[in-house]
Amino acid sequence: MTVTTVHSPAPARSGFSAGEYVTCLIGIVWREGLRFLHQRERFVSALVRPLVWLFIFAAGFRQVLGISIIPPYETYILYEVYIAPGLMAMIQLFNGMQSSLSMVYDREMGNMRTLLVSPLPRGYLLFCKLLAGTAVSVLQVYAFLVIAWFWDITPPPMGYLTVLPALILSGLMLGALGMLISSGIKQLENFAGVMNFVIFPMFFASSALYPLWRVEEGSPWLAYLCETNPFTHAVELIRFALYGKLNWVSLAVVGGCTAVFMIGAILAYDPSRGFVRRGPGGEA
Amino acid sequence: MLMKMISPTDQMHHEKRGLSETPIRERAMNEERGRTGRDAMSPHQISDRGRDQRVASLAGKARKPFPQRFNVAAGLLAAALSLAAIAPASAYVAFVSNEKGNTVSVIDTDSWTVTKTIKVGQRPRGIAFTRDGKFVMVAVGDDDTIQVIDAKKMEVVDTLPSGPDPELFAQDAQGKTLYVANENDNTVTVLDLEKRIRIGDVQVGVEPEGMMLSPDGKILICTSETTNMAHFIDTATRKIVANVLVDARPRYAEFKSDGSELWVSAEIGGTVSIIDPAKREVTGKIKFAVPGLRSEAIQPVGIALTKDGKTGFVALGPANRVAVVDGTTHEVKKYLLVGQRVWHMEFTPDEKYLLVTNGVSNDVSVIDVAAQKVIKTIQVGELPWGITIAQP
Repeated sequence: MTVTTVHSPAPARSGFSAGEYVTCLIGIVWREGLRFLHQRERFVSALVRPLVWLFIFAAGFRQVLGISIIPPYETYILYEVYIAPGLMAMIQLFNGMQSSLSMVYDREMGNMRTLLVSPLPRGYLLFCKLLAGTAVSVLQVYAFLVIAWFWDITPPPMGYLTVLPALILSGLMLGALGMLISSGIKQLENFAGVMNFVIFPMFFASSALYPLWRVEEGSPWLAYLCETNPFTHAVELIRFALYGKLNWVSLAVVGGCTAVFMIGAILAYDPSRGFVRRGPGGEA
Repeated sequence: MLMKMISPTDQMHHEKRGLSETPIRERAMNEERGRTGRDAMSPHQISDRGRDQRVASLAGKARKPFPQRFNVAAGLLAAALSLAAIAPASAYVAFVSNEKGNTVSVIDTDSWTVTKTIKVGQRPRGIAFTRDGKFVMVAVGDDDTIQVIDAKKMEVVDTLPSGPDPELFAQDAQGKTLYVANENDNTVTVLDLEKRIRIGDVQVGVEPEGMMLSPDGKILICTSETTNMAHFIDTATRKIVANVLVDARPRYAEFKSDGSELWVSAEIGGTVSIIDPAKREVTGKIKFAVPGLRSEAIQPVGIALTKDGKTGFVALGPANRVAVVDGTTHEVKKYLLVGQRVWHMEFTPDEKYLLVTNGVSNDVSVIDVAAQKVIKTIQVGELPWGITIAQP
């Protein structure tokens, strides 16, 4: 998919072996992993953010659920248990945006140029970058789950395995979204705008913090908005997968959005059509 | 008959009639109801085998006693049969009385679904299998009687006599005698389950409710809600031999299987009193505190103790929690979230699961006993109250 959508004049596209592709993938993932490990504050802050929500916010909103059984849960749950999947998705959302931030940084610093001069297809390079970011976010999520386990958020043991594909897919979707957005950002400073216009609305207008039936009680219009928010479906996909279940609607929405965002990101990063045209002062 | 909701305080307004001076009122009861001679449940059907024995021998269906030397062979056969039929061996049926819906819901513990709803009399509460597992007895308070449900046919086939407003009852290990607490009459009615007649009454405190026989069957405990006492009744003489004062509104009593401890829950007092049955005095109290909940919301009612006596479960009513208590240290280990106004509870015979009734949310929650986790909640009828479980 990625190869066919590339419009860049990458030379001798078909002439690479699978091994070379893998080398490239490993290289990018490795670099992303190294960067993540070296930025200890980033790791800590990626963990602290959801934990603050879990320990403080959730404690104050214990009664918000009332008494109701919401699928995929089969019995009554505490609010902490309810927001855990939402916080997992939040980790991925921030991570996706942070990766996009790092791409702006890379572009400003010139690292991006190094990456993009690689003879491999640009779409593939971006996909690798996306995969690398997703791998990092999955690690963060599992670290969060370990801590949450001590906080009595104990999904079934198989859930830790079944949630992995859901995390990869939702990580790809949010990463692709970040990449799409970052293609439009010229400077690092604009990231605050991303926070205000993307992260917060996406996070709050979703089922991460409160079930949609609760939102509907307040405003049916808002509930409709939440329902159309792809982040809601990322949360629900993770929520169901964590309990060994599959939410087909969410899977379709997240899968579809991933494809659309990724194609959009690849097109936007194409020098002949993307940011080059928009940013005359930029690199390349 | 006054129709009551079981809100925690509504029964406070009842007329206090005080403890009667006469501990026993033996009466000829045969004139009552005229149903006593019926043979829908003939005496041999209520056999004297304990439920535990029944469960153990079920796989083999070997009812006749084997000579000693065949025991091993029979055991092997039973094991083979139980292996062959592993799925049905693990499935039990739970009968849940729905106080407001005037029905009994039947739950299959394999699929955790309600398989049948049986219409019964008005205000069904106390419910229990007969010792042979063939019948389910349910006290229908507003009809002033105990109905008998055929567990196979799943319909009411007979009634047993009782005093006015029967609430909870206890039967002896042989399944021959039934002791019924009559809430509105301050009496415990004694029934002969084989002849199906009333054979006596014991006058107790105001609003008797919790009924429990000691493991040796010699002492019957009856808690009276308004008198705040656990009455110790000698089952041979049918006389009260001791009264132990506990906290306000005692609801339920449960013995450890070795008879070493008696636990009595006090709904208004918010405690469970630990009583030494030999000394007949309170030796300790379990107190509960759920973070974020007012203490008035914590109203202990149902109690279940594992056979080894190591773990106790206490239903905390409107706190919507079941407390898990260490059976030896009496410390609360954790609180499990269940439905609204959790009331009574019962283990499956293998003690793998504990089922609790949630009166206000109209459902039954299933607790995995080993994992101490709530795994499922099943919708039943209106205001589920009591529960009993056995092999179908």
